[in-house]
Amino acid sequence: MEILMAIVIGILFTSGVYLILSKSLLRIIIGTGLLSHGAHLLILTMGGLKRGAVPILGEDGSKYTDPVPQALILTAIVISFGVTAFFLVLAYRAYQELGTDNVDKLRGSEGNE
Amino acid sequence: MSNLLILPILVPLVTAVILIFFSKNILIGRWVSVISSIVTIISSLVLVNQIHMDGIQTLDIGSWPAPFGITLVSDMLSALLVTTTSIISFCCILFSFRSIGKERERFYYYAIVQFLMVGVNGAFTTGDIFNLFVFFEVMLMASYVLLVIGGNKIQLRESIKYILVNVTSSTLFVITVAYLYSVVGTLNMADISVKINQMGQTGIITVIAILFLIVFGLKGAIFPLYFWLPGSYYAPPAPVMALFGALLTKVGVYSILRTYSLFFYHDTGYTHQILWILSLITIVIGVIGAIAYWDLKKIIIYNIITAIGIILYGISQMTKDSINGSVFYLIHDMLIKAALFLLIGIIISITGTSKLRNFSGLINQYPFLGWMFFIATLSLAGIPPLSGFLGKLLIAKGGFLEKDFVGALIVLLSSLFVLYSLMKVFINGFWGTFKGERNQTAPVKFLLVPTTVLIVLAIFYGVGSEWISTYISQASEVLINPSIYIDAVLKE
Repeated sequence: MEILMAIVIGILFTSGVYLILSKSLLRIIIGTGLLSHGAHLLILTMGGLKRGAVPILGEDGSKYTDPVPQALILTAIVISFGVTAFFLVLAYRAYQELGTDNVDKLRGSEGNE
Repeated sequence: MSNLLILPILVPLVTAVILIFFSKNILIGRWVSVISSIVTIISSLVLVNQIHMDGIQTLDIGSWPAPFGITLVSDMLSALLVTTTSIISFCCILFSFRSIGKERERFYYYAIVQFLMVGVNGAFTTGDIFNLFVFFEVMLMASYVLLVIGGNKIQLRESIKYILVNVTSSTLFVITVAYLYSVVGTLNMADISVKINQMGQTGIITVIAILFLIVFGLKGAIFPLYFWLPGSYYAPPAPVMALFGALLTKVGVYSILRTYSLFFYHDTGYTHQILWILSLITIVIGVIGAIAYWDLKKIIIYNIITAIGIILYGISQMTKDSINGSVFYLIHDMLIKAALFLLIGIIISITGTSKLRNFSGLINQYPFLGWMFFIATLSLAGIPPLSGFLGKLLIAKGGFLEKDFVGALIVLLSSLFVLYSLMKVFINGFWGTFKGERNQTAPVKFLLVPTTVLIVLAIFYGVGSEWISTYISQASEVLINPSIYIDAVLKE
């Protein structure tokens, strides 16, 4: 199961990196979304995918799944939500002010003489 | 009082929350943020004193024992860095009063500066690797907002790049923590160190060490991961630039120092060799940039990169002298970089430009500013009575003792180019005949107050190095001998 997850996460990272290297700003943001999906799935996988009850003490089971990675993911998800929301609004503002979403046109030459 | 070490995190956090309610009232915002930064400085000084007396302070949040809960650990290094951070942000807040502009102040500027302090102080104090990630994000989120607040075209453009780089590096951080968790099964830093010690430094641990170097190198701008820094730090106004230049990259350097001295010290051959090469190239890249540009901001920005290379070179040697020197140089560099950014902020507010060729002859009208800049330059280059000297001396000594002549000579030669790059600013900008515009309404006297505080501190740091070195050696003792840290946290 972990092997399968590792391959899927690898595909997510590949697509994320490919999208980040493209020119359009929105594709870049979609790429960061895929990257964070990959990272979150990686935490879950690396915590182990052994069978067990959900980590609620009322459930009677001799084994539970590891609760720590789930807490870590929950934290990482809300953080990446916040950052992505900020990034999207920034892209919107940049589109309004600069009139382009092509990253090549966002070059600066300040300080160069 | 065991809750003392949380005060440098808690005070700015509470202040930031209070400041959100008073965003429209600038006067209250200013007073509250100044008072709270003074409280933070005092509490961090008390903390330094307490650690000096009783050793490492730890606090298990929620009274859960060490590996299971989040533990805050304040050793001498983190307490000194927290103190320096608090002093620098106090000076930057004071500098902002007359330079940042009412529009920015009204849009939560002071609250965000306090959040930045929460992130930086938390990152210095935490004893948990995932908590470090969270504090990094607190710091970075605040820095995104500080970078873009005002919404100029250049700020929008550079914020996009800065955020993209940091989102990627944060994702890498999460991945690295996931790998580390799967290998050692714990997140507490002291416990990770114990587990790595038990299993020995296998290949996978070395891979994780390099991944950490990539993550923190992206935050701390080492070669070849420094590419985002010159553009991003060029965009914001002077006090924000001073906060960034003094604090943000140094958190990355601190994290490299912490992980490489606490986790990955068993098989130093490979990892520290890579750190050695990268740090030396970082120094070279920094000095090339610093002497190439004729722009005030770019010159200082590339000097940040040089200083990071020098500190990391000391870390890569892992001897008592070089670690001592690195810690000494780290604190000196935070102080003096903040002072230099504030100084060029004053110069830009007078001349209206950061291009060095567009003005000259400032010394006739602004002699005090000129000589302050001169002292800061000498201090950065490491002229003996001033603050940059002892750190670089110890780092070079550590290099020579390890028979690493190439590295030590690069460190020494870099001082020459650093001195040249800033003397270029001094000679072209302050000497010569009157040229360029002068904005007579610039509040130079007021802006000079916080800048002078920082420079006086830097002078004191150099002159009183005998007195300070007892604290510094207490800080580097923990780095050389991680069992002190582990025993303090796990209380065995």
